[in-house]
Amino acid sequence: MPLLEAFELRAENFGPVDLTVEYRERLTLAGPSGSGKSRLLRILADLDPHSGTLMLEGVKSATIKAHIWRQEVVLIPAESAWWADEVHHHFSQSPESSWWDQFHLEEQCLEWPISRLSSGEKQRLALMRALVLKPKILLLDEPTSNLDHENTMAIEAFMTHYCQQYDTACIWVSHDMDQLDRLGGRALRMNQGRLTPKESK
Amino acid sequence: MISLLWIDLAVASTLILALALLNMRLRLGQSRQLLVSTGRMFIQLVLVGFILKALFTYQNILIVSVIAIVMIMIAGYEIVSRQHRRFVGGWSFSLGVTSMFVSSLTLAVFALLVLIEPTPWYTPQYAIPLLGMLLGNTMNGISLALDRLTEDAWQQQAAIEGQLMLGKTSREAILLIERASLRSALTPTINAMAVSGIVALPGMMTGQIMAGADPLDAVKYQILIMLLIATGVGFGSLIAVWFGARRLFDHRQRLRLDRLTTVDK
Repeated sequence: MPLLEAFELRAENFGPVDLTVEYRERLTLAGPSGSGKSRLLRILADLDPHSGTLMLEGVKSATIKAHIWRQEVVLIPAESAWWADEVHHHFSQSPESSWWDQFHLEEQCLEWPISRLSSGEKQRLALMRALVLKPKILLLDEPTSNLDHENTMAIEAFMTHYCQQYDTACIWVSHDMDQLDRLGGRALRMNQGRLTPKESK
Repeated sequence: MISLLWIDLAVASTLILALALLNMRLRLGQSRQLLVSTGRMFIQLVLVGFILKALFTYQNILIVSVIAIVMIMIAGYEIVSRQHRRFVGGWSFSLGVTSMFVSSLTLAVFALLVLIEPTPWYTPQYAIPLLGMLLGNTMNGISLALDRLTEDAWQQQAAIEGQLMLGKTSREAILLIERASLRSALTPTINAMAVSGIVALPGMMTGQIMAGADPLDAVKYQILIMLLIATGVGFGSLIAVWFGARRLFDHRQRLRLDRLTTVDK
């Protein structure tokens, strides 16, 4: 049984999209701006209204409570949002201590006010607060867009390690051809709200 | 009680005219609004005076009920017209009317039946002014609460969805905004209670005293009204925010800002 299955996903100017993701599988998703990449991730996380069927481990999304679904299918958007005063308020549990070095961050920044963070720090911390949830599948929307080359490489290496350690599948959206090559895995392409080449069921 | 003559009001009106003229000279752009509101107040209050005068002669529960329902409907319409972002499909009106119905009307009936106890309990002389005062205040509270709720949800879409993406429930994701909405609804009432009698003498009490009532009697009525108003505003805005926050999400706990529509003012 595949990890995630999607049949006939449709929304306004979107779809139909069929998609199957196996356990521990890594997919990359590319395509022009406005082609529906972020839309697909939002629909997979059940954040946008849609028709069609979504299944996780053979169970339909409609039969799983929405917030439980989103604890297993976690979307990390390109622009992170921060709603409380300090960084640690946004973490449901502490990250593992070994992560800080690999993220090139200090553990003390948990106590910092959000206003002190750079855009690159925000992006890495937003990834980290999602990773502590240990979801079954990660939906990463350009997770290194605000990072320099060195930090980008660090995050790519960390994610490979994390996904192996926790048996996590991931869909990684990127505009960077070199990055897509480095990441490998199955390459998906989106165009005008559809996946090309069309996924076979 | 000294009765005012119509000519007294005409003299007082010249003061507003003077203000409007000054406003026009200074190009503050409010003279029109000022005169229109003054005119509306004049006509509306005189009409209400005639209606009340007629009403007091017929002590009929049916007529009192009809007046009460009309008052609630107008207050509901007023709530909707004060929203910058409204729920589509008449939900703002239903929310406003429902929450005022539950808070103001039940409180007014409770006060009449249990506390003031006129005979009959729906005596218009007590029932209509009481309901009017309660409605006026809960209406303000509910429109402030709903306006804050929808505006904040709109502005903080990324923050709400950011929490949903981390597997939080819609209840958790909207909690801070709910609290802020309830605070903005109740703050004017809390402030009014805190300064009443020191900075401002409440209008109803002032009126009773000028009409010759014993100051302590007037104070007792004022305290009762204040208690009812605070309760009405509190519960009314609680109901409106509770239902409003639910309407912002669908059965899959998705934030549905497409259920709001912007009104240009």
